[in-house]
Amino acid sequence: MPSATASERGPSTQIGAPRPRFRAPSTVSAFIAERKRWLAISTLVLLAGLAWTLRSAVPPGGTSPGQAPSPRVGFAAPDFTLDLLEGGELTLSELRGKAVVVNLWASWCPPCSAEMPALERVYEANRDRGLEIVAVNTTFQDSEGAAAEFAQEFGLTFSIVLDRTGEASRAYQLRALPTTFFIDRRGMIREVVLGGPMSETTIQTMIEKLLTEE
Amino acid sequence: MFPILQLGPVALQLPGLFLLAGIWVGAWLVDREAPRHEVPGATLSSLVFYGLIAGVIGARLAYALRYVNVYVQDPLSLFSLNLSTFAPAEGILIGLTVAFVIGQRRRLPFWASLDALTPSFAAFGVLIGLAHLSSGDAYGTPANVPWAIELWGARRHPTQVYEILLAILALAVVWRLRIVESFPGFLFLAWAALAAVSRLLLEGFRGDSPVLFEGLRSPQLVSLAVLACTFAIVHRRAQIARDGA
Repeated sequence: MPSATASERGPSTQIGAPRPRFRAPSTVSAFIAERKRWLAISTLVLLAGLAWTLRSAVPPGGTSPGQAPSPRVGFAAPDFTLDLLEGGELTLSELRGKAVVVNLWASWCPPCSAEMPALERVYEANRDRGLEIVAVNTTFQDSEGAAAEFAQEFGLTFSIVLDRTGEASRAYQLRALPTTFFIDRRGMIREVVLGGPMSETTIQTMIEKLLTEE
Repeated sequence: MFPILQLGPVALQLPGLFLLAGIWVGAWLVDREAPRHEVPGATLSSLVFYGLIAGVIGARLAYALRYVNVYVQDPLSLFSLNLSTFAPAEGILIGLTVAFVIGQRRRLPFWASLDALTPSFAAFGVLIGLAHLSSGDAYGTPANVPWAIELWGARRHPTQVYEILLAILALAVVWRLRIVESFPGFLFLAWAALAAVSRLLLEGFRGDSPVLFEGLRSPQLVSLAVLACTFAIVHRRAQIARDGA
């Protein structure tokens, strides 16, 4: 920060005469300049602030905001069990210990189709490092046939589950397609991306920190 | 909370819209307030513009630097519109540095320029609160108060509403103080103190505070430090004003 002298030489353009170093002392200046009074006020305010800081300190064990499942960063990812497109079931919590990308999509959604190839490439490059991608088809507003055709068209090899009743979409408070959740190995949501399409680079940078963590 | 506003086929992200509105209101206020502080409005506006551009570019580059290996393979991703691939803290620092350097090179008076920018800062604070309200960010601790809101799986303090109310109060005070005759820097320092007190109060109700040690919330400690510095600087400047008259 420059000194007052250096910084108050005033504009040399547009305004005309340079401004005086300071205006005449006002009541405000006189009030604040009075040392003892200002010291007393400052001390009082700072002590009150300190008291509030101590009073509102987070209690032991209360430092983790995300103990309750909720679809936002810092919270545990809401669990679900859904049917897989190719048969069988998938429960999200059973993937604990892996970095998981949950992507909610529909076959009729252009940004979803635009980002699927990138998701597939990232999955192929990182599955051996402990990455799982769970693509949740919002079947309640799509169709199983369209989802299967979509998966075949893009050659998707990661898990595709069918949200027939909208249960998972509600749990994740779906408001835009696609929506993607990046979940760490402990099952905590670390990043949420509303909308798309995401590029391969974006997805790779998002999962990189999740994969490097134990 | 309404993070998305669906207008037909178009899905608008409301938090981003509020922040854009904040920038627009801020730019309008700069033009309006600069003459009052004898600062060339056009120069100050361009400084804000360059600072914003530098901040956005810096935030993206800083993010890319964390993942150089990934971005080297696809440099065009530097131009992605994805808001998640920014490093906000580094962006703010770079934007402020660029604005400061440009301000110095164009010989803008430091304190008077900050005074001219202060109503914009205060107005932007209200829009940040609205952005938080729409996204559900900056949420409160679980609470049983009658005005608690259901959010993220619990009834919580509506900290976003508290934030908006405090920001409106700060804006009202700044709006009144801007016509009070005082020394250069007074308006900015008054707002800085108000903003620090607001954050100090608000943080006590937040459910997402970073904690340093013994449960102490780091934003509150930073606010206390800002407040102490502000008190010291405003006192010193008032003394200079009194003695220099």
